[in-house]
Amino acid sequence: MLRQEFNRVDPKRRNNIDYKKRQFAQANFELQEYKHRLNFYAIPPTAEITLEEFEEWAINRLKVLGELEACTFRNRTPEETASYMASILDKYMPLRSNSSRSSTLDDERKRDHYSHFILRLAFSSTEDLRRRFSRLETMLFRLRFKDDDSRERAAFIDSLNFDWEKVSDAERKELGSELTAASGLGKWGEEEGWFKVEWEKVPELVEQRRVLLKRGMAYVPQREQMTLVVAEFTRRLDQNLEWTARALPRLDEDDRLSPILHHLSKSFTAPDISYSTSDALPGNLHPNASNIDALSQHFPLCMSHLHSTLRANAHLKHFGRLQYGLFLKGLGLSLEDALLFWRRSFRNMTDEKFDKEYRYNVRHSYGDVGGDANRRGRGYTPYSCQKLLTEALPGTGQNHGCPYRTFSPDNLVALLQNTGISDREVLKGVREDVGKQRYHIACNRVFDFTHKKEIKKVKDEGLWSASELDTILHPNTYFKRSFMLKHLGEERQKETNSQDAA
Amino acid sequence: MPHSVTPEPAAPQEDVVLPDAPASTDTDSSSASDETPGSVKANGPTESDKENVKLDDMFDDEEDDEFSSSMPTSTEEPSQGAMPRAISAKFSDPEIMRAFYQRLFPFRYLFQWLNHSPSPTTDFAHREFAFTLPNDAYLRYQSFPTADLLRKQCMQLLPSRFEIGPVYSTNPRDRKTLRKASAFRPLAKELVFDIDMTDYDDIRTCCTGASICNKCWSFITMAIKVVDAALREDFGFKHILWVYSGRRGAHAWVCDRRARELDDSKRRAIAGYLELLKGGDKGGKKVNVKRPLHPHLERSLRILREHFQSDVLTLQDPFLAPEKSSHLLSLLPDAGLSSALSRKWDAAPNRSSASKWSDIDTVAESGASNTLDTKALKEAKQDIVLEYTYPRLDAEVSKKLNHLLKSPFCVHPGTGRVCVPIDVERVEEFDPLSVPTVTELLGEIDSWDTNNGKAEDGKKLDDWEKTSMKGYVDHFRVFVATLLKDEKSGKREREGGDSMEF
Ligand SMILES: [Zn+2]
Repeated sequence: MLRQEFNRVDPKRRNNIDYKKRQFAQANFELQEYKHRLNFYAIPPTAEITLEEFEEWAINRLKVLGELEACTFRNRTPEETASYMASILDKYMPLRSNSSRSSTLDDERKRDHYSHFILRLAFSSTEDLRRRFSRLETMLFRLRFKDDDSRERAAFIDSLNFDWEKVSDAERKELGSELTAASGLGKWGEEEGWFKVEWEKVPELVEQRRVLLKRGMAYVPQREQMTLVVAEFTRRLDQNLEWTARALPRLDEDDRLSPILHHLSKSFTAPDISYSTSDALPGNLHPNASNIDALSQHFPLCMSHLHSTLRANAHLKHFGRLQYGLFLKGLGLSLEDALLFWRRSFRNMTDEKFDKEYRYNVRHSYGDVGGDANRRGRGYTPYSCQKLLTEALPGTGQNHGCPYRTFSPDNLVALLQNTGISDREVLKGVREDVGKQRYHIACNRVFDFTHKKEIKKVKDEGLWSASELDTILHPNTYFKRSFMLKHLGEERQKETNSQDAA
Repeated sequence: MPHSVTPEPAAPQEDVVLPDAPASTDTDSSSASDETPGSVKANGPTESDKENVKLDDMFDDEEDDEFSSSMPTSTEEPSQGAMPRAISAKFSDPEIMRAFYQRLFPFRYLFQWLNHSPSPTTDFAHREFAFTLPNDAYLRYQSFPTADLLRKQCMQLLPSRFEIGPVYSTNPRDRKTLRKASAFRPLAKELVFDIDMTDYDDIRTCCTGASICNKCWSFITMAIKVVDAALREDFGFKHILWVYSGRRGAHAWVCDRRARELDDSKRRAIAGYLELLKGGDKGGKKVNVKRPLHPHLERSLRILREHFQSDVLTLQDPFLAPEKSSHLLSLLPDAGLSSALSRKWDAAPNRSSASKWSDIDTVAESGASNTLDTKALKEAKQDIVLEYTYPRLDAEVSKKLNHLLKSPFCVHPGTGRVCVPIDVERVEEFDPLSVPTVTELLGEIDSWDTNNGKAEDGKKLDDWEKTSMKGYVDHFRVFVATLLKDEKSGKREREGGDSMEF
């Protein structure tokens, strides 16, 4: 069924769907009204969406889950996580309450619904992915459950039809102080409503002796309802993931979806965030062939390493050139300046050799030459962290890739120390991160440290929202954010002059 | 002979559950829940083998690893105390063991117990048995279609003991021939508990190591009472078989279907619920519980208080030695009170534990300390009672569905005593030292035959009926009959009415 579902995604196939199927899809679609903000994702999506939506919605959800995971990696408290995630969610996956009367409610809920199912497919293939997906989806659900409007939440829970028996007043009286003693609520408990469920439904509460047990039934106070609902959410999701995993081999036959799903599942650690040159660049940034050295103080380690290698050797091998050149392109370096920059950098090379062997490649990457597609697409886009973290490791003499991944921990620390980072806590954190293969977390840790003062300032003065300080997943984002933080005053002046930059 | 004898001889640890079977997925794929879309269900649990090949390859390695690495290390201490080594050796004498399996071991009831029905089912046929052979080799994944074949195997191999593992999804003997290893996973096993006297060594004064006497056995008696009450009253289990482990401990087998089908997380929840004492032997406070006490602890305290007075204070005299009484003082909440008591006890070096215990209240009431918080003192005294009486479970044994545990009615190779059931209704009367040994029992058969000879008319007696095994086997028979009756009515319900899903 899932297969059929996603077959419909393909625009080319739409016309092939016969009348009967259309009827069926229509009927199903009508079942999927989004009455509630929260969703247990019981019914798979049935309506058609485009491949572009398929990918975009999934990537947005991935971004949210990635940020949630980063919060756990960085040991944020539930409160810190909630406040950090609020603006991330608002940006990538807003989900408003009924009372907001927003006109986009249905669209938001549809995206939430579809993206969940797409990622369910992408992450059901291995035990490890399933576990991570289930854990992060559960965190997301809990987060939304907590901040849901209390009346809408109650309506949602009602809609789930759990057979939770309410404890009658008579029974409550009979159990007396045992009820409150078990829950640790004390006097508070007297006002509390209680549910009676099979103890197997609340194993965590049982394990911690936080409920009263009588003959196999657990007496759960109303306020622990979240535990019940969340546990049920996880239980059903885990079960569904198992089933999806078993259905997956069939889906693999679909050659249009499997590359997307494969790509998504690879992006779990560091979602593949694309960065286009049309993204707003700081108005006071004017990169040219002569000021790259100065700008390199804002480069992430992967790029500053390539830059200093280039300066030291007056050369870079192919993949390093590509990675670094596209990064500079992403900075807004024009083709002319790029050519000039590379020409000067290869200082031991004759003009003739440069023109013959290198000029064309630079132009090609800018889309100045090459086939129609290349020209139309304006050449290549700068590499994301995800790309750098999943490509083959560099061979001898090559320097491309992400140093957090390609360097041995000792060499990495030495490299960081060369760039002026000697704080022992930070270096220790970096070692831990890379030991757990959380390379992007290590890089973000370094960024947070080197921009500590500025980050505090924008936070304290409310200049930037939290989503503008989200986890960095692209070298160009690293640069841009660093540049803007270090030029705080100037940037704001510029902004008022050039509104269209936003 | 089926399957290989393990290459390395290894002696299993006494009374310790043997290592586990392959990694399991606990998902109960048969309990389909309503919200699952119909066609996914169809693709899901019923999907045939070939779709999971990749996943299974993964599990296959794991299984082999675990199998080979899970051999118990040789940790059996030289048996001391009750039986000198020379005498104990004779209990494993091949002729004695053959006679035991042939004439005494109640295979028929063991079969009914594990089979849950009079005619053979997979509950028995897919059950793992593991044998410890006379040369100490350890033979896992044995299974038998009938009681008779199990008996035959025992008489052939003469195991010094055998263990019972879970019921698997397929016959354990076929596990290597399965194309997909995930088809071989544990489905059900009794919830088991293990209480061993070694965990009480820091508070018992009468014996050490492997030896026991009636004084220290009372620790096991208290533990049985507390655990049994919780399992029945709180969790609603009915079919709990307590078994003497043959030397210095007891096992519990909770046989209710609901208990047999618990996954690991729920087994862990029960173990956690029952676990109280934290921290090792390095002194310090082992009991840290919030007030008001959870009803389970409140009830346990009611059961244990009396034992504390008679079995602990009087029989064990645990605070007699100066370092023991200073541990007692360290558990009191008031420094003024502690130093007043300390002075008093220093002046009377041989003061008994019972007197010291009552000194606490006397000195407190005399106003020796003006900072005394009487509520804190009362709670501290409760904590002390719990520290010296509350069950000390080997929790790991209970947490895993696929752990193995020694079968009831095996002979303990060190003591020669049979692992007989303990009637929990008369647990106070149970005397481990009067449990018959295998040699005594064989002697009893001989003398019965001599006395009654061939003169016996009417029905022929089973050999165990002629011995002091009779009472124990009768108890087991009644236990099994009650279990089977419940299974039968439960089965009718399941087949007739709606699903039992909880
Ligand atoms: Zn003793």
